[in-house]
Amino acid sequence: MKKVAAFFQAIGANIKDIGVTFKEGGWKTKVSFVIFGFGPLLRKYYLRGIAFLALEILYIWYMVAFGTSYLAKFGTLGTVETHMDPTTFVTVYGDNSFLILLWGLMSVLFTVLLIALWRMNISENRREELAAKAGKEVPTIRQDLHQLIDSKFNYTLLSLPTLGIFLFMILPIIFMICVAFTNYDFSHQAPSKLFTWVGLSNFANLFSFGGDGFGATFAKVLGWTIVWAFFATFLNYFLGVAVAILINMKGIKFKKLWRTILVMTIAIPQFISLLYVSKLFAADGLVNSYLLKWGVISQALPFWTNPTWAKVTIIILNCWVGIPYQMLISTGILMNIPEDLYESAKIDGANAFQMFRKITLPYMLFVTGPYLLTSFTGNLNNFNIIYLLSGGGPTTMSMSGGAGTTDLLITWLYKMTVNDTNYCMAAVIGIMVFVVTAVISLAVYGMLPSVRDEEGFQ
Amino acid sequence: MANKAKQSAKAAGIEMNKTHVKPGHVVAYIVLILISVVWLLPFVGIVLQSFRSFTLEYGGMVDYLLPKTFSLDSYTWLFSGESQFLKWYSNTVIIAFFVAIGQTCMVLMVSYALSRMRFKGRTLWMRICLVLGMFPGFLTMICLYFLLKQFGLTQAGAIPGLILVGVASSGMGYYVCKGFFDTIPKSLDEAARIDGASRARIFFTMIIPLSKPMIIYTALTAFMAPWNDYIFASYIAFGYSDSYNVAVALYRWVNTNDYQGYFTRFCAGGVLIAIPVTILFLCLQKYYVEGVTGGAVKG
Repeated sequence: MKKVAAFFQAIGANIKDIGVTFKEGGWKTKVSFVIFGFGPLLRKYYLRGIAFLALEILYIWYMVAFGTSYLAKFGTLGTVETHMDPTTFVTVYGDNSFLILLWGLMSVLFTVLLIALWRMNISENRREELAAKAGKEVPTIRQDLHQLIDSKFNYTLLSLPTLGIFLFMILPIIFMICVAFTNYDFSHQAPSKLFTWVGLSNFANLFSFGGDGFGATFAKVLGWTIVWAFFATFLNYFLGVAVAILINMKGIKFKKLWRTILVMTIAIPQFISLLYVSKLFAADGLVNSYLLKWGVISQALPFWTNPTWAKVTIIILNCWVGIPYQMLISTGILMNIPEDLYESAKIDGANAFQMFRKITLPYMLFVTGPYLLTSFTGNLNNFNIIYLLSGGGPTTMSMSGGAGTTDLLITWLYKMTVNDTNYCMAAVIGIMVFVVTAVISLAVYGMLPSVRDEEGFQ
Repeated sequence: MANKAKQSAKAAGIEMNKTHVKPGHVVAYIVLILISVVWLLPFVGIVLQSFRSFTLEYGGMVDYLLPKTFSLDSYTWLFSGESQFLKWYSNTVIIAFFVAIGQTCMVLMVSYALSRMRFKGRTLWMRICLVLGMFPGFLTMICLYFLLKQFGLTQAGAIPGLILVGVASSGMGYYVCKGFFDTIPKSLDEAARIDGASRARIFFTMIIPLSKPMIIYTALTAFMAPWNDYIFASYIAFGYSDSYNVAVALYRWVNTNDYQGYFTRFCAGGVLIAIPVTILFLCLQKYYVEGVTGGAVKG
């Protein structure tokens, strides 16, 4: 509640400031309310004036050239379908829902940015007027530019990354969130067909059990995603720590050799090693053929064809990928545990296991808590392991949306995009992945010992 | 004194190991050897099978590990005009090279601004990145594909397109690098600023030389990623085999219908890809370990 109140207070203060600027400002400032940068230009702040004016002109050009025409159709996402004129047999190109959504959204975002720019332009005018009243000198262009590599270096540094993130993350994500509320799927493909807003019906579909609904499949996939992330994170964690302790043991030789052997798994591109391992365990793969040859089994083991087998195989094979990484991380931390903790424990007569349980493990968990959390959320979205090992299979008829029994939400999303081109449901799943990740992160973050008690081990 | 005593105890321990091995160590060595075998087996398998003769034996999967006749069939085929392997290989190297450079610059810029400077909107910027990071990365794929298509950066133009995708939003991965910058004492900056150095000068002449390990770590991870990039590469280059990277191309060899005949070729291709990447990685291993451990501890 406090935050909401503070937010409205900030808005109020802003509006008041705008009003004061207008009332007390000279004519140069008043014109600046419409023509950005007018005041700065006349006051000889050329660089800022030109920047403001150029951005406003750019916005107007965009809106006149594309923006408004697309924005006007934003409510319906187009009404005229591409069709063949029945009398002349000439193709008449209609609306392209995709482009309407994209450029329309761009227009909305640009307008928001323009309002922010307008606000900046007003406070710039205000600042200049106050500076003039106080009798300060107008900075030269040179001084202005020098600020950009000195006290305002952050603008220079962050402008390009921010632009990249805006265009390649924020815009596409907002776009996909919009798609979740449309019927953009296989039978509504732009440019030949139109798609339109359908409200919450995709979400209703995701939670409808029975019939063609995605509910049952979604619950199964979500369940497996969480089970998988749990095992992948904690199994790797404890085994990785164990291997690190083993290598770190006093008196073990060739420590570097053992480490290097494990690290090679990180170095070799996963798609080579994992694809090979996946074929190793195939029905006609080496593991099965050798076991058959040696007479251990009489029938090929269903590593990838039986859902339960596939799940267990994936979790075990994931150790092969995850342990080296965990081993590297733990090695550094283990070396940092204060030696005297162990020595005093030894004096008290603790055995090796007790020391591990009372010193090593709590220390590790304390230090690597945040890492465990990121690794858990990372595993929720661990595309490569699943896709390269099992491809999400084996598939069953009981799951809808092309999902297989070992599909995670993320691989399901991928399949829906690439195989089914069911973009609207893919977008809904993407939002669900976000919700799951955010909920888990927020819930766990507050419980982390290192967050609650920063001084715990010092 | 205490230190000396510890050292001599250590020396005595080493001495003891030489004379008789503890039973616990025997078990440890056995476990370590087992682990090494399990971890190396797939690589040995790939190498062995890449040498199986395509003409005398069979290119697909067989039920034995050791080839009956060693030959370079698969390798010569990869370099022959019949396959586009070299094209894919150079595609990947080009993408990886430029992504590594671009991403490193982006990450350094963001990290410096966030670590060293205090300005309005700094925490907001970081919070937005945190929230954006919770969306699955390739939710953006569909939109980006059509956006890039507008500018001709898909299919035939997929290479620059993929570089752009790899670099553009990489500023979000600033965590490890910012954590490293935070450990460089601020008094260094302040001293330089009193001497009249600008922020940019401090960045280029002090911080960058001090962060060599971090730069190598960032560049190395950025360089490794495109070799594994299947998702975006397959989508953006869709159906245009000249623009494939090695991951897409070799995945298709293994998982399309004719993989039976392509299995040894896949292995040979894998060996050729793995060797340079692994050598590079093992040479820079030290920096990688530093970055990984630093990142994990700071979260």
